Amino acid sequence: MSLIEILRVLYDDVLRHRPDDPRWPERDRCILSKGHGCLALYAVLADHGYFPRQEMRDFCRQPSILGGHPERGKVPGVEASTGALGHGLPIGVGMAIAAKIESRDTRVFVVMGDGEIDEGSVWEAALCAAKHRLRNLTAIVDYNKLQSYGPTAEVLDLEPIIDKWRAFGFATRECDGHDVAMLRDALNAPRSPDRPTAVVCHTVKGKGVPFAENVADWHHKSKLAAAEIDDIYGALKDS
Amino acid sequence: MRKACIDMVYELAKRDNRVVFVGSDLGPGILDDMKREMPDRFYMEGVSEQSIIGMAAGLAMEGYLPYVNTIATFITRRCYEQVAVDLCLHDLPVRLIANGGGLVYAPLGPTHLAIEDIAILRALPNMTVTAAADAEEMRRLMAATLDWPHPVYIRLGKGGDPVVTRAGDAFAIGKAIALRPAGDVVMIATGVMTGRALQAADIMAKDGVRCGVLHVHTVKPLDAEAVLAAAAGASLVVTLEEHVLSGGLGGAITELFADRLSGSAPRVLRLGIPDRFPNEYGSQDSMLETFGLQPQQVAEAVVNVLDAATGLVGRRLPTARRAASADETAGR
Repeated sequence: MSLIEILRVLYDDVLRHRPDDPRWPERDRCILSKGHGCLALYAVLADHGYFPRQEMRDFCRQPSILGGHPERGKVPGVEASTGALGHGLPIGVGMAIAAKIESRDTRVFVVMGDGEIDEGSVWEAALCAAKHRLRNLTAIVDYNKLQSYGPTAEVLDLEPIIDKWRAFGFATRECDGHDVAMLRDALNAPRSPDRPTAVVCHTVKGKGVPFAENVADWHHKSKLAAAEIDDIYGALKDS
Repeated sequence: MRKACIDMVYELAKRDNRVVFVGSDLGPGILDDMKREMPDRFYMEGVSEQSIIGMAAGLAMEGYLPYVNTIATFITRRCYEQVAVDLCLHDLPVRLIANGGGLVYAPLGPTHLAIEDIAILRALPNMTVTAAADAEEMRRLMAATLDWPHPVYIRLGKGGDPVVTRAGDAFAIGKAIALRPAGDVVMIATGVMTGRALQAADIMAKDGVRCGVLHVHTVKPLDAEAVLAAAAGASLVVTLEEHVLSGGLGGAITELFADRLSGSAPRVLRLGIPDRFPNEYGSQDSMLETFGLQPQQVAEAVVNVLDAATGLVGRRLPTARRAASADETAGR
């Protein structure tokens, strides 16, 4: 829920992409590195026509192409199989270098979770992206401030998060990750001439469902009672 | 072998503009010509194996053929998840050039020994696992990687290993090469141990033991038919590897026998490194001796097993020589 506006704006207003030609060479690449946010991605991809919406009904069931983490080659529009954290940014670096070799004006966006950037591989890739001056690479952090066990501030504090990305050689931007206009501005703003960009999106886990907002237990919920589902729909209608 | 391998990267890059080189803080001067001539296809990155494997995956997703190079243990253990997920799950044509496979870094201790690399990579679907015997074969292997559509692990020896393979033998990834026809015993070896297997076979020949040698430069996919053909009729199958006994070449061969031969599987002697972290230093050669993997030791181990199992050697050896051998064994 913290992620949906980020993906909505990316696919609606930022990415150059062709749902009827998912491998269009000139497309912008978007990697959902926090693969556990795949439901939001599936909804946006289905909405854009990458696959029929009915596919969503069999989520995580045979023979659906839609599993609990997105897979390249199975799901049209998915650029990389993710789920294990800290893999997206290194892969994005490789894609951005490829575009640079070919002087292609392709942009690469990598969407990461805040807990995900605990992984050292993220910072290895950040060093590498800055070294190669990958101005075509944008790292997006869904900063909902909650990871599996609890608040990021307590589990492994990321602050000062903007300073960290800046120190690693990134141009940085910050925005409300639920404010569509701010997201549009942040993700479409002119790029640095020689640096990759990091966009830190302040978000709320469980956004739109008041009783789930900022509650770590909801990170793992997979079995919902019928009454809970009704409550969620009710909350979303009200929000 | 290492120089032949790295030189081949440059040669392949000249032939095919998909080839890129990615190193992890290697020694100065490596591939300088390539760097000068094609700077956009030469990348020397930091000590960051996880990120480098991901970067190579991203390049491969865009149609490139990345040859990634660093020390064997770091290109396997350090970034195992990246190798599994980024390379193998996506089945991408990334090549992992692994310096110092086996006991090459003996002076540097157990952190630098890659003696379980074959086992852990063999467990990954889509991965191809190779260990050439010498520099000449390395050139043939590297040429073959250009059109191989899967990730490839390329285990390098120390360098200066004697050339034991033959240019006339057709080379294909996944196809084993019979260097000596099978006899009473067949020895199946990989990497630089194939050279030692040939030497051991020579030693045994003096005792009248006919020993075939099958060189398995590709441990995965294993050339099952060649292995089964070599083993057919042999009293003993010996596997020889510079690798722990769990999960390597010997593991692959015994799995094959269990799956395909069931009750009629031949007797197998697996020679390799025991299940412990080596606590010795020294050289690759001295460590191989510690583990009983030098040619004379291999020949003796094979003859002992063969003799105990079949009495074959004893029947052939002259009586006087047998008596002398018995005296030596008894320490007289």
